[in-house]
Amino acid sequence: MASSSTTSPRGTNFELDPGKAPRKLSVADITTPPLHTISLLVRNKPGVLVRVSLVFSRRGYNIESLVVSPAISTGGIEGAPGEFSRMTITCSGDPDTLEQIIKQLEKLIDVVHAIDHTGQSVIESELVLVKLKADLKNRTEILQVAENYRAKVVDYGPESLILRCAGDSDKIDALVGLLRPFEIIELVRSGKILMARGLEET
Amino acid sequence: MLQKITTGGEKVIQCLEREGVEVIFGYSGGAAMPIFDALVDSKLKLVLVRHEQGATHMADGYARATGKPGVVLVTSGPGATNCVTGLLTALMDSVPMIVLTGQTITSMLGKDAFQEADVTGITYPVVKHSYLVKNAADIPRVMKEAFFIATTGRPGPVLIDLPKDITQGPCPAPFIDTVSLPGYVIPGRGNPALLAKAAALLQRSRKPVLYVGHGAVISGAGPAIVALANKLGAPIVNTLLGKGACPEDAANHLGMLGMHGTAYANKAVANCDLIMAIGARWDDRITGKLSEFCKDAVKIHVDIDVAEFNKVVRPDVSINGDARLVIEDLVPLVERAETTDWWKEITAWRKQFPLKYAKKGGLRAQYVLDRLDKLGGRECIITTDVGQHQMWAAQFCLTTKNRHWLSSGGAGTMGFGFPSAIGAAMATGKPTWCVVGDGGFQMTSCEMATAALQKVPVKILIINNSYLGMIRQWQELFFDNRISGADLEGNPDFIKLAGAYGIPGKRVKRAGDVDKALRWAMAYNEGPCLIEAEVVKEDNVFPMIPAGAAIRDMIIEKPKVRMEKPSGST
Ligand SMILES: Cc1ncc(C[n+]2csc(CCOP(=O)(O)OP(=O)(O)O)c2C)c(N)n1
Ligand SMILES: [Mg+2]
Repeated sequence: MASSSTTSPRGTNFELDPGKAPRKLSVADITTPPLHTISLLVRNKPGVLVRVSLVFSRRGYNIESLVVSPAISTGGIEGAPGEFSRMTITCSGDPDTLEQIIKQLEKLIDVVHAIDHTGQSVIESELVLVKLKADLKNRTEILQVAENYRAKVVDYGPESLILRCAGDSDKIDALVGLLRPFEIIELVRSGKILMARGLEET
Repeated sequence: MLQKITTGGEKVIQCLEREGVEVIFGYSGGAAMPIFDALVDSKLKLVLVRHEQGATHMADGYARATGKPGVVLVTSGPGATNCVTGLLTALMDSVPMIVLTGQTITSMLGKDAFQEADVTGITYPVVKHSYLVKNAADIPRVMKEAFFIATTGRPGPVLIDLPKDITQGPCPAPFIDTVSLPGYVIPGRGNPALLAKAAALLQRSRKPVLYVGHGAVISGAGPAIVALANKLGAPIVNTLLGKGACPEDAANHLGMLGMHGTAYANKAVANCDLIMAIGARWDDRITGKLSEFCKDAVKIHVDIDVAEFNKVVRPDVSINGDARLVIEDLVPLVERAETTDWWKEITAWRKQFPLKYAKKGGLRAQYVLDRLDKLGGRECIITTDVGQHQMWAAQFCLTTKNRHWLSSGGAGTMGFGFPSAIGAAMATGKPTWCVVGDGGFQMTSCEMATAALQKVPVKILIINNSYLGMIRQWQELFFDNRISGADLEGNPDFIKLAGAYGIPGKRVKRAGDVDKALRWAMAYNEGPCLIEAEVVKEDNVFPMIPAGAAIRDMIIEKPKVRMEKPSGST
């Protein structure tokens, strides 16, 4: 007989019985669409990225950042190396649409699970590389900023510097803000990755 | 002697046989030839259609009439793109279907080879799942998974793209009997705590309504729903696709709700204190203006797909599970509720606002369909196309048996009616009426060749109003009668057209001739036949809730005052 296996039943992330009162939009919902972070465990198949991004694009939603990487063994699922991948997606959106997006992601056959970590206690991290114009005049000042943020100088040229810094996205934002007065030539951010604390599932 | 090595194409066909497939609807082409070749030595029946869209709707009708997956086999490029409408139609209405498409050889993928199209790419949004097979060894697993996915949970179409070198080359891989799809869960029974909560709400309700959709048909929940309704003393209404789950001729059944539903069904919905959706998804054709819809009523939602919860409506209780299992578990939890006053109201609405139509001034589509209902329509499968005739058929042809009503609801695909009737008749052998408009019939009328060849007992009933009637109705009501692109001037002589395929036909123009023609068609089961009913050209479907309007703004007959353009989605 055919059978299927799973870690957690779909939809367990949603309260199926949300109570009588329909959700009222709060002011915060309307004015500042917050950034949400969704983590996905997916089967590493061609097309899975398209299927995932179609869930967003169909609703006219933009993905702010997306990180994909191979997953190693995950709770309860035996996968051959390379069989599963992790995706961390950051996006903005009103809560109702986000709920739909996550459920529609869960519905994709190649998605093992989709979890919204917004408001949850998580470890998050992002990496940035910044290339700056640096001459003798401002070099010390840049290095001071770098030191304060534990950014590492990974390329030291006569006219430029490349800094590398890891940390949560707010810290990276702040670093970039401080570096802005100097001449930033290029900047590449990795996009956010995260992991739920303790034994919580990511 | 050398043992013959199984090719990929043969493996595909053997997998179909192992899945219990009996019929394939197909159309060949270069990239699909190895698979068609494998069919020569198979006991699978190949139905050669005349257009790939027809193949998809036939497979769809086959599936809707039986619950078994319909199978389509087409070639690459244009053959595959011709299936897109059929895939959308099946996805929107949760119909299990397998579409096999030929593809260029793997080494040419992405190189604009002859008849190459990125078929998985084109179809992502219209499939439940899809595969591009790049390794022959994957065939048994992919085929097993595809059938499993198409038929379980909320059913849907699955596409398998098969490059020619894969189907032509050897495939020694063994058959597979299990699938492993982590994260894919098939909901079954409902959560007991939520069932108890729903039961308590139902028990307290004095004005309940059970709102039944396609999910109830698919899961076979009808008898359980009837038991629940009887026990509670609750009325049943159904959606266009929910027709047949529960017998519409029963005293507790109010017929169809929504845009063109019966006035009494809609009045009941507008005045209820509790509405329970069973395998239905609060479509905009049902709710009308959402902020007004059942504003103060308790809402219970039973669905196999959690993504339907909170999508349109935020229910008080959402029970995830198979509709039949959920309702079966709910029945013992309730007792008779006090609904006598509720039934007094309903009975009054039934009396005051019956379905009606003008009896004078020429032949009326409603009359023809009413007669079809009275002369044995309920014993037959009825499929429809899309338009006014579809709504009239839904109103006047009561459905009393599960899987006896086939209509394209979610997608509203014109061209669906006729091929789906062929598929349904092939699957069941039952006499199958196909109620079509003069517009939609011409979208897939080439399948008359297929129907004649297969000698299926399909009775084509063309409601000919010489118009894209539904479009004309909207233009009349909402666009100051400015008719634009709705006049079907240039229609063929349908009787002669059928005659060209060897299909006998009769034309009726007068009410007095209707019974005779219907009886003739009922008695003719040697193959397809056709009746063309020349009906009044400018008739309108009522009742009507204009798109986006509240249920209480339902119009029962043509209003004297000018109406606003509808604000709803379409
Ligand atoms: C493929 C497709 N194209 C366009 C439409 C829009 N549409 C809905 S009903 C309708 C008119 C149908 O005319 P006909 O088949 O003659 O049926 P009638 O309404 O006259 O009964 C049209 C054009 C559609 N539903 N499907
Ligand atoms: Mg017409």
